[in-house]
Amino acid sequence: MPIPIVNYLALEPQPHLVAQECTACKSKFFGRHNACPKCFGETFAEFDVPATGVLKTFTIVHHDAKGVPVPYCAAIIDCGGMTVSGNIIGVDPDPEIITRGMQVQLKTYSLGTDAEGVEAIGFGFEPV
Amino acid sequence: MSENVWILGIHMTPFGKRADKDVLDLAAEAALAALKDAGVTMKDMQVMGYGNLRGGTSGQSLQKQIGQTGIPSFNVSNACATGSTAMRAVIMAIKAGEADMGIAVGVEKLYGAGLLTGNSVGSGPETWTPTGRNGAIKNLDGYIGTSGMAGLFAQIGMAYNDSDPRADFELFARISEKSHSHSTLNPNAAYQNKMSLEQIMNDPMIAYPHTRSMCSANCDGAAASVIVSETKLRTLSLEQQRRAVKISASILASDPWTEASQEFPDVSTVTRNASVAAYEQAGLGPDDLDLVELHDCFAAAELVHYDNLGLCEPGGAIDFFNSGATWRDGKLPVNVSGGLQSKGHPIAATGIANIWEVATHLRGEAGPRQIQGAKAGMAHVIGLGSSCTVHILEKSGL
Repeated sequence: MPIPIVNYLALEPQPHLVAQECTACKSKFFGRHNACPKCFGETFAEFDVPATGVLKTFTIVHHDAKGVPVPYCAAIIDCGGMTVSGNIIGVDPDPEIITRGMQVQLKTYSLGTDAEGVEAIGFGFEPV
Repeated sequence: MSENVWILGIHMTPFGKRADKDVLDLAAEAALAALKDAGVTMKDMQVMGYGNLRGGTSGQSLQKQIGQTGIPSFNVSNACATGSTAMRAVIMAIKAGEADMGIAVGVEKLYGAGLLTGNSVGSGPETWTPTGRNGAIKNLDGYIGTSGMAGLFAQIGMAYNDSDPRADFELFARISEKSHSHSTLNPNAAYQNKMSLEQIMNDPMIAYPHTRSMCSANCDGAAASVIVSETKLRTLSLEQQRRAVKISASILASDPWTEASQEFPDVSTVTRNASVAAYEQAGLGPDDLDLVELHDCFAAAELVHYDNLGLCEPGGAIDFFNSGATWRDGKLPVNVSGGLQSKGHPIAATGIANIWEVATHLRGEAGPRQIQGAKAGMAHVIGLGSSCTVHILEKSGL
């Protein structure tokens, strides 16, 4: 069975992100939390984040740590009111092509397999 | 009513490549010069604040070089705000009445350090192994956004476009053109060359819209300040009182909860909160300031902080910059030192170096780059993660 790049990427039934939602104040965030940073509540429920969104801001990274493939487009996406970090994929990382306000859709891709043949799955956002 | 606090002495070493000196040499150079500037010695110090992020040194190791009197050292780590946080610790000790004089030191050796996110991601484990709170199976830099500073601040700057679509590559490059122009008058700056808009825009792209000359410069350097209570200051010589600089506001804040900041650093809300608190504490407003040193770690950061610090109308940062206001002959000069892109950014030294720049103008001792008649100024620093210090300083009326 493939493994997602992060535990908040759900691959079934359709790939989507899963946030933690504070049951008290409904604020949302990714990853394990000890308490809600907004209201200090200590119980959380899972929240399925919409797989489509609007590109809020971006950069094209040309120089990065050795081993990171460049150039790539890093972006912030608004998915139904939730701020999500992800790369823009499926288009050239070119500021003439990628524009703020663009509608984007979550897509997954293979990151390759490890020594035991397990495939890892990454995600990014493609212009709709 | 807590005690008013003053800068009695302050020093910034030349920034740049300081191959002849190790971290403690640089820290000692700044500390001893600040003490000399203040007209006091380590014997007068009752508390130390110390910051050195990447050199592994402490206030105790510095004391072994300049004077071991047994005073406590608050060794702080607060990203790019480390130096100003060390100073904040000393100020709090004096305001609390536990000391009447203390010294804060920030130092870094960074020349040639390259990208500060780490220069290699390594090969990783042979089998995918989820680690950390997100169960990540690999270093996420470049796969889920960027952790590189140039790219993070590029996104922060590009988002300003929401309030004004003119926030583009050329505008950010013109902000750097100002910084590099200002640096030509600063003998302490790591890079003192004027750069044309064309040179800046044609420099290698690091993270669009930031080219190399629009990014803060890694370099070596240190800065130190001697802080004194007002009660103690009034017992010192008239010359010491005349050259002392009043700390009218000293604020350290962390980023409060915002929806967006869960996924992406929010340097704006924390700066807004800190500056509002600083203006209130000082009883001054932006119109009272004669110069500002703000945290222009990347060109885009300077633009958003015009707005965050209330220097312009809300949403008016571009018109404010285009008016020429922030050039050294403008209405409110910003980063007349050359800023972090040309003066340089030895991380833990920066917070005190910005304060040194403002204090030096208020003393009327800034030489060819003096802002004439400067009576009040602001120094702002961001530590990503995120923290913010804002200090408002006033010329001595003693």
